[in-house]
Amino acid sequence: MTDPTTTPPVDSPVPTFSDLAAEQHPTLDPTGEPTVDPTSTITTRRPEPIDAGRIELSEAPRAVLSCTDVSCYYGAFRAVNEVTMDIGVHEITALIGPSGCGKSTILRALNRMNDLIPGTRVEGTIAYHGMDIYAKDVDPIEVRRRIGMVFQKPNPFPKSIYDNVAYGPKVTGMKVSNMDDVVEQSLRDAALWDEVKDKLKQSAYGLSGGQQQRLCIARTIAVKPEVILMDEPCSALDPIATARIEDLMLELRDDYTIVIVTHNMQQAARVADRTAFFTAEAAEGNGDRTGHLVEFAETTKIFSTPSDPRTEDYISGRFG
Amino acid sequence: MATITAEPMSDARPLTAASHGERNPQSLVFLILLWLSLAFGLLVLAVLLVTTFLDGLPRMDSALFTNYASQLNPETAGARAAILGSALVIGVTALMAIPIGIAAASYLEEFASRKSRFAKYVELNVQNLAAVPAIIYGMLAAAAAVAIGLQRNTVLAGGIALALLILPVVIVSTREALRAVPQEIRQGSLALGASPMQTLQRQTLPAAIPGIATGTILALSRAMGEAAPLLLLGGLVFVQFDPNGLLSGFTTMPIQIFNWAGRSQEEFQQLAAAASIVLLVLVIAMNGVAIVIRNKFSNPR
Repeated sequence: MTDPTTTPPVDSPVPTFSDLAAEQHPTLDPTGEPTVDPTSTITTRRPEPIDAGRIELSEAPRAVLSCTDVSCYYGAFRAVNEVTMDIGVHEITALIGPSGCGKSTILRALNRMNDLIPGTRVEGTIAYHGMDIYAKDVDPIEVRRRIGMVFQKPNPFPKSIYDNVAYGPKVTGMKVSNMDDVVEQSLRDAALWDEVKDKLKQSAYGLSGGQQQRLCIARTIAVKPEVILMDEPCSALDPIATARIEDLMLELRDDYTIVIVTHNMQQAARVADRTAFFTAEAAEGNGDRTGHLVEFAETTKIFSTPSDPRTEDYISGRFG
Repeated sequence: MATITAEPMSDARPLTAASHGERNPQSLVFLILLWLSLAFGLLVLAVLLVTTFLDGLPRMDSALFTNYASQLNPETAGARAAILGSALVIGVTALMAIPIGIAAASYLEEFASRKSRFAKYVELNVQNLAAVPAIIYGMLAAAAAVAIGLQRNTVLAGGIALALLILPVVIVSTREALRAVPQEIRQGSLALGASPMQTLQRQTLPAAIPGIATGTILALSRAMGEAAPLLLLGGLVFVQFDPNGLLSGFTTMPIQIFNWAGRSQEEFQQLAAAASIVLLVLVIAMNGVAIVIRNKFSNPR
């Protein structure tokens, strides 16, 4: 159980970006173990928040990542304006909102994947355990090792299933005593082992879309990140595959912190502990639509008693 | 329940009226012209191949491959030195052009920023190099060889000239192949904490190998048929020995054919035709390999 008065564990031992060899998984407050009811079955059609199986939340998230006044720019265009929110440890945080509201941009800013697009710029601070990930001496490669990402479209490498999972530990120079064990454990954690254990040497392209996406999750957890970012991970999948990924997310919450962008409000209501609602509004003058954070609160609150009328309108389907 | 009967509506146009293209007289004439153009191209090629084949057939014997060229006995002369010379020179060309070409293309495609002045300068130069006539490369290689104290007529100088010649082609085709690798592959690799260099080495380049191989083989087969830059290097000599190293003198098949074809005796004409057949077979075989590679890897499996 989480003590509601717990403050963000800034005093707990946190790794610095330079001692990458020391520890992949920083020790966190042991009292922060979330309790999950494994019997929860989730069958809502309307975005009703599910109380069964929901972990008890502290008032404020105990932050792994905290964003302070984060604005993202593509060239001169400001895509997201002044977002301030904390991503809580061992929680699932959902970012929802209409298209173009900047939720994917913020997500990709969290592990510096935005760096890969020329002309992008981030203002404000995004702190990982109190360390600014955009500080000058920070290596973005090291950031991405700690904060993994799963993409919208399943993107397995054109290699065997085994090599897909083993790739991350190999390139990041993880010390593994037995790669076979790492691959098996990652595939088990991603609920894929039983389906692929007899064809590990076959091409990953032979898997179905849902299996490919779980392979991408297995590949991500093989490098033992602390945070997993998911950018609409189910939008290319059918409902059954989606349900499996959602179950998987609830299981992974015990060991990882998950941030998910989704267009699907039911999905946010089903899996997320906290939900951030973004929207885009035209700026005065040039008419560029800039996204900003409207409301960030427990999922139960967002979907039952939102404090902002725009959130109410969006979740009840009046716009977006 | 109401039954629905499909009665033809009075204003429905019949499906047979093709007044809008394909079958009217103008398009028929145009179609015939297109076929004639195609037939002309194929006919010229067929005539060329058949006459070369008929001319060269009497000399398609083992002596062609085992004997050296000879001024005095054209009926038993062979292209041994030229075949070995071609192989050696093309080998040197490949060893120089492929690594440099792939490295340059990888830099331009994967690392250089779009705004980098240096990258733009390199890109402009690659485009210009592709338009330079082949003989200029021969002059450049000759000057370079002399400047560093080498003989002009050496395998090394020939390889340098041909490598310069095909470098732009290798760079452009490698860039195309790298560009065809889906961005998701790179992002997936980087999101796992791989460095850009690891991503290039372990994901992007392996995924681009079919395209790179196809472009490179086509470039090498072009280099194999090239005579002009090598003529300028002084390759036009009767070589009566096997080329045995980078600094050895050499001749190549196109030069040998050029030499023989310039002589009036019937035997030399036959020799030139026979050597042409060998060259054609080699070039077609290389292009065939390129096509096989392309087809084998074009379906994503």
